[in-house]
Amino acid sequence: MKTYSKIYIFIYASVMIIIVAAVLSFTAISLKPLQDKNIEIEKKQDILSSVNVFSVPDDAEEKFNKYITNSYVINFKGEMQEGDAFYIDIKEELNKSLEQRKLPILECTKDDGSEKFIIPVRGKGLWGPIWGYIALNDDYNTIYGATFGHEKETPGLGSDIDQDWFQEPFKGKQLFDKSGKFRCIEIVKGGAAPDNIHGVDGISGGTITSKGLEAMLKDCLSNYVTYFRNKTKIK
Amino acid sequence: MSNKEPLFSTKNIKSLTNPFNAGNPITVLVLGICPALAITVKLENALVMSLSVLSVLSISNVIIASLRNTIPPRIRIIVQLVVIALLVILVDQILKAFVYEISKQLTVYVGLIITNCIIMGRLEAFALRNKPWPAFLDGVGNAAGFGFILLALAFCRELFGSGTLFGYPVVEKLGLYKIGYENNGLMILPPMALITVGIFIWIHRSINKELIETK
Repeated sequence: MKTYSKIYIFIYASVMIIIVAAVLSFTAISLKPLQDKNIEIEKKQDILSSVNVFSVPDDAEEKFNKYITNSYVINFKGEMQEGDAFYIDIKEELNKSLEQRKLPILECTKDDGSEKFIIPVRGKGLWGPIWGYIALNDDYNTIYGATFGHEKETPGLGSDIDQDWFQEPFKGKQLFDKSGKFRCIEIVKGGAAPDNIHGVDGISGGTITSKGLEAMLKDCLSNYVTYFRNKTKIK
Repeated sequence: MSNKEPLFSTKNIKSLTNPFNAGNPITVLVLGICPALAITVKLENALVMSLSVLSVLSISNVIIASLRNTIPPRIRIIVQLVVIALLVILVDQILKAFVYEISKQLTVYVGLIITNCIIMGRLEAFALRNKPWPAFLDGVGNAAGFGFILLALAFCRELFGSGTLFGYPVVEKLGLYKIGYENNGLMILPPMALITVGIFIWIHRSINKELIETK
């Protein structure tokens, strides 16, 4: 076997690393705008699908501008805050104390003129983050639509939270019970009773993801309870 | 050069086809089992995984084969790893930029290609001793042999586990649910993938008797 001097090995390794680093940084930088754009478009598609507007990557931008008519940021008391609701990082906000949290709301006007209010939510699944958008009717109680996404939940099990069969049952469910108590939405293992207006079916084999999703809804939506109550009183 | 080997000489063809039979990475060499278990729940994932492995393996084989006379043996493993990692990250970045939908489903799995034993196995066993062109064919052949088993596995697991093929509800369309058929939930779990691989090895060995070791 041919032998190489230590100097040669050292130089060889250094040169190789520098070349590899250069190639990687070059691709990362040149592809970054495309990737960011994809992520933004996906977010817009998710938001649109929570209000039952179907979009493809090509028309997401246009439809988003058409249907999402207003967006604002509030605090837990319901007072208006500075900031752009679309770019609020929910994960960051959840780490802050309740008083300091900025809570985004996106307002959607459907073709029939009805207004929906979209609340972004974010939490933990089994393997990584999960997120979603909950659209409420203007009674701030009934869910108009829900959409969820995940990064790496178990394929075929927990990953099904982004499927229609899981998201569809959220429609028409209510956050508050008749006495006005905040109940949020429960994910019921083994299936929710048909008359349970606060429960939806869980995913068999995806219990931890289901539980994570339930906790996510509770953690995120509970911040808005005061605001919702104030809004409904005024009406 | 008069003694130049033709591009598709018998030897080269063999390195392309051998992985489908006596040199199959999964059923004979039992390499790359980890991704085979992890990503064969759905056919679509298995297909993109196979294509990613194909590009990474063939390109890294070519790179290592071209550098083979300059690589110091003492750091050859590190060099191989760096080349593989580089290519995998490139594939990941490109998928994210151009086929975002698919990359979303594969995020973790693309990264897993780095740890795929087949790639390093081929670099170590073949590319370090051969010219770039045969190394390229070897890479394509092995990745195809790997992908073939992956797809076959995913076919069984998706069909029996979820009742679908490429997401199309085959079992439902055939009306089997109505007569009491139920999906086998065990098929989507990793242990069943291992058992299915075992069955594949069994089938392969009973077809090709040469694979059975003599005592």
